[in-house]
This record gives sequence, structure tokens and C-alpha cells, in this order.
Amino acid sequence: MIHLKIDSISMQFGGLTAVKDFSLELRKGEIIALIGPNGAGKTTAFNMITGVYAPTSGKIYFKDKEITGLRPDQITKLGIARTFQNIRLFKELNALDNVLIANHLHLKSNLLEAVFNLPRYRQENAEMVDKSLHLLEKLGLVEHRNDKSSSLPYGKQRRLEIARALATNPEILLLDEPAAGMNPKETEDLTEFIGQLRHDFDLSIFLIEHHMDVVMEISERIYVLDYGITIAQGSPYEIQNNQRVIEAYLGVNGNA
Amino acid sequence: MNNNTQKQSPVIRLDWIKERNPKLTIISILLLCIFLYIADNRFDAYQVRVLNLCAIYTVLGLSMNLINGFTGLFSLGHAGFMAIGAYTCALFTMPVTVKDQNFFLEPINEVLRTIVLPYPIALLVGGIFAALMAFLIGAPVLRLKGDYLGIATLGFAEIIRIVITNLQTITNGALGLKSIPAKTNLWWSFGIAAFTTAFLVWLINSSYGRAFKAIREDEIAAEAMGINLFKHKVLSFVIGAFFAGVGGGLLGNLLGAINPLLFRFTLTFNILLIIVLGGMGSITGTIISAFIVTIGQEALRFLDQPFSLGFIQVPGISGLRMVVFSALLMLVVLFFRKGLMGTNEFSWDSFIGFFKNIGKRPGKPLSKGGTES
Repeated sequence: MIHLKIDSISMQFGGLTAVKDFSLELRKGEIIALIGPNGAGKTTAFNMITGVYAPTSGKIYFKDKEITGLRPDQITKLGIARTFQNIRLFKELNALDNVLIANHLHLKSNLLEAVFNLPRYRQENAEMVDKSLHLLEKLGLVEHRNDKSSSLPYGKQRRLEIARALATNPEILLLDEPAAGMNPKETEDLTEFIGQLRHDFDLSIFLIEHHMDVVMEISERIYVLDYGITIAQGSPYEIQNNQRVIEAYLGVNGNA
Repeated sequence: MNNNTQKQSPVIRLDWIKERNPKLTIISILLLCIFLYIADNRFDAYQVRVLNLCAIYTVLGLSMNLINGFTGLFSLGHAGFMAIGAYTCALFTMPVTVKDQNFFLEPINEVLRTIVLPYPIALLVGGIFAALMAFLIGAPVLRLKGDYLGIATLGFAEIIRIVITNLQTITNGALGLKSIPAKTNLWWSFGIAAFTTAFLVWLINSSYGRAFKAIREDEIAAEAMGINLFKHKVLSFVIGAFFAGVGGGLLGNLLGAINPLLFRFTLTFNILLIIVLGGMGSITGTIISAFIVTIGQEALRFLDQPFSLGFIQVPGISGLRMVVFSALLMLVVLFFRKGLMGTNEFSWDSFIGFFKNIGKRPGKPLSKGGTES
């Protein structure tokens, strides 16, 4: 079953074409990766999928429903959650609040029920807190629940961002450079952790990553962007041996 | 044996605190009621009026803090919402004869002339009208961010004021309204201040309040977490405007006379000053600073009259009070950048802890500390 289908989307900023004719299919339960040199348009592609930008042309489907041009909150509500390249936690709030906020989109109680703590809200809130604590526990953050999120160590902030994304009950998780700024040990843990996530939360995962060891180990298929153009796609093995990918990353040797 | 008691003591203490805090809250509410009763009977008219103003500015400060401090929307439209509340409440509480006396240039709108409502309902209607206006303004204005939002809301507040000035048959135009029944007393103003405080505390701690804070912290992340930015901004704006309208109604019926000039943008800045001084994003801070600012403005009134510094005679300069007040404010802004409370809130635990710490200054032997609790 195809979860996410992207049909040749393009994004133009004035005269600059950031992404051109990008197409992709993500099947249920798959982990796929998007790689490419800096400025290749990877995050732009992410931003189009999550509704931050409306693509200049092309269409995006989530489970056969067109989601092109929807607002980010609508897309998240449908079941696509994301993390950010530069961590965007709610800095002044504690870890538990950060995760609780991501539950808000499923809240059925209205404002007055919430303010006056009426039975329906009381029950929903209790479930919310329960679920959030459970998530924090699963991601090894439960002892930090009352700590200000900006005070957590870097690796844990990344985890908290993932916890927050999971709290929206997604079916697809988009990870924008989850291993950025991590040391080899942390990267290794993360690789294992992402595989675990897919299993535990029944997710399809689409990630952008620079660490090739992460990408090659966990992704089933890889797409390569360079200057906004998809230059290759295929299994990790195929990508590793693709001449154009090697050129894009390492440059072309003029004498060769 | 000794070990055993040490292990148990935290649990016992927690239970005790759980029971203690609500009791302390009830006791302090009772004390406040007793104080209000005494103030109502013993204090002179001037003191009562200052106390009323303190409570009204608490309502206004809290309502603005919800929009600016908790949701992070830089809105400067408060005077406009207050004007709507004040005019609505005043017009609906004035008896027909007083209305006729007021509207001597042009007669009052016939429908409006006959409607006279009880004070609490008039206050509520004033708040609802202000909230409705906020809803209408919010749709276009809340798409803006930062300074642009500030300028747009400021503009709308001025538009409201100009419209009021020109609606002769409804608002009596530039003449304003006089002899508004003095319905605001200590019970109303403090009662509504208490209700506003409770409502906002509950709101801020609810899931909606968390969503507001998320918008303040990071709009992009909040939206990515499924929070409908526009809906929640409008919600916060409308609730803030509602309480601003109610506060305006209280103010109008306290002063007894209102005119459009009262609701110039300086009024908004007075309230902005209260929330900046108290701490953007702190309910406790807003309450404390509403009292400090209101009482401070009265206490410094002697500066406007001639006074002697011992070696030099200062002639009465009207406005000197505001100069001194501004200087004090600058000091606060320079040295307490986050306001008195920052984003912290009052809690009995920290309050009692504060006094315990004073008692436990170094010098006491540590061994005694263990037996105290």
C-alpha cells in the first residue's frame, strides 16, 4: 500500500528553482532516505510535504487523498509528523509540556470544558498525560519530564523532538537530519532507535540525513537530490556505486 | 530507627502540603473578604477609589497579558476594547432620565434609550461586544506578526475611538457620558478581578493554554504539531478582549463620566507598562504590578504640588509625578529585564520556602536542620 505519493513537485523561489520535478513513493512500513549535498533542496522538499510551502507545481497524495497546499496543522492532523533540522522545541516549557502540546490536536473538549475542568476534559487530559509520560518513558526521557527542554543535552533534545512528533499519532514520520551534531556512538544508537520506532509505532519513515552510515544501514531505498534534481534512486548498494552520486558528492576529477 | 523516620518523612510532608495549600488559599480569600469589608466601611472615598482602580487594572493587565504575554501576540488595541465595554455598560445602566439629560445636542437612539439592564448583565454585554469586535478585527489583523500586528491593532483601537466620537446619537460623541450610575464598588471590582484571575489560571494550565504558550515559543513548530495557529490566536485575542471590555465597564461605572479622549492609546500603554513591569507571562506578576503602579501613581501625586526639599523649594510642576514614575520604570526595565516575576508564578510552597530560607541563613548548625521537619 502506498502511503505517500509525490507526483513531480517543483518549488520556485522567484527565479531560483529549489526543487524540480521531484517524485517519490513511500510504502507502508518502509524507511526511505533523501540525501544530497548542502543546498540540494532536501529540506525544501520536506517543507512542501508538510505544508510549510505550497509546491509551485505537482501534487502530493497521502493514502490517495490529495494534500497539496494544505496547512501544516491539517497535514499533521492527517498523520504526517516531522522533526526539524535545527531543533525547534518549545524552549521555555518542560519536556512533558512539549509532548502534551502535540496531543492538543486530538482534543475534543471545547475551551470552556477545559477551563472549568469538566468531566470530558478531565478524562481527556488524564489520558493525554498518561500517553505522554508513556512516550517519554519509552524514549528514555521520563526523568527529565519537569526539566526545561532547552536545558536538556543535545541528544536528548533530538529525542524529545521525536517524542513530540510521535505524540501526534502519525503514520508517517519525517526526520530532518536526526543525527546532525551527534558523535559516532550516539549515531549508532540513533540508527537502532529509528528501526525500533518503525516497529513499535507502526510507522513509515522518510528521513534526510548526511551520515552515510545511518542512511546505508537503515534505509530500504534512497533518493539523491543535487541542485533540486533527482539524480538517482535505488537501494543503498545501487546508490553507493552510482557514478553520478559519487560525482555530486566528491566532485568530478577533470583529468579522469 | 532514625533511618526509618527519615525515609518516611517526605511522604508525610507531601500529604500534609496537599492538605495545607487549599486551606491556606481559603484562609487568604477569607482574609481578603474581611479586608474588603473593613475597607468598604471604614476607608474614605479616595482610598476606596484607589483600591477599586487597583482591581480594575488587575483585570485589564491580566487580559492583556493573555494576548501579549502568554500567546506572544504584540497587540496594542486594548483601549479600543475597553472603550466598547465602558460605553456599552454605561449606556445600559443609565436610567432614561439621565440619558435624556446627557443627550441634549441630539436625542439618543430610541431603542437604546429604553433599554436599562442590571449592572452585572450590562458588564457581561459590554464584554461580549468587545469580544465580538475583537473577532471581527482579528480575522484580518492576526495574519500579521510582530510589530506589524502592534501597529495594526493600535490603528484599530484609534478607529474604534474615532467612530465612538462620531456616533452622536449612540455615544453622545465628543461630549461623552456623564452621571453614569456609580455601580462599581469594592465587591464588584475585586470579585471580577478574582474571577478573571481564576479563569486565566485555569485557562493557562489547560491544554488550550499550552497551545497558546506553544505559539509564543515557536509558531512554526506549533503549527507542525497540529495547532491551528489562526484559530488559537483568535481565541486568545477574543478572550483577552472580553475581559478588557468587562474591565472597561467597571472603569466607566467607577469614574462616573467617560469621553472618547479617555481611551487614547496612552491608556493601552499604561496597561502595557503594568504587564512589562510584572513580567510578560506571569499572572502573579501582573496582579502585583497592577497594585504597585496604581498605588504608586497616587502616592507620587505630592510631586505635582509645591513641596520643600529642606534646602530648596520646588514649585508645583504638574506632570513631575509622571517624570519620576518614568525614571523608576526605566530602572526596573534596566535591572529587571524580565519584570518582577519573569514567567514565574506564586505558589504556597515557594512562598513558605522563601521565609524558611530566611530563617535558615548560614550560621546555624546543620544537624538541627534535620529535626526541624
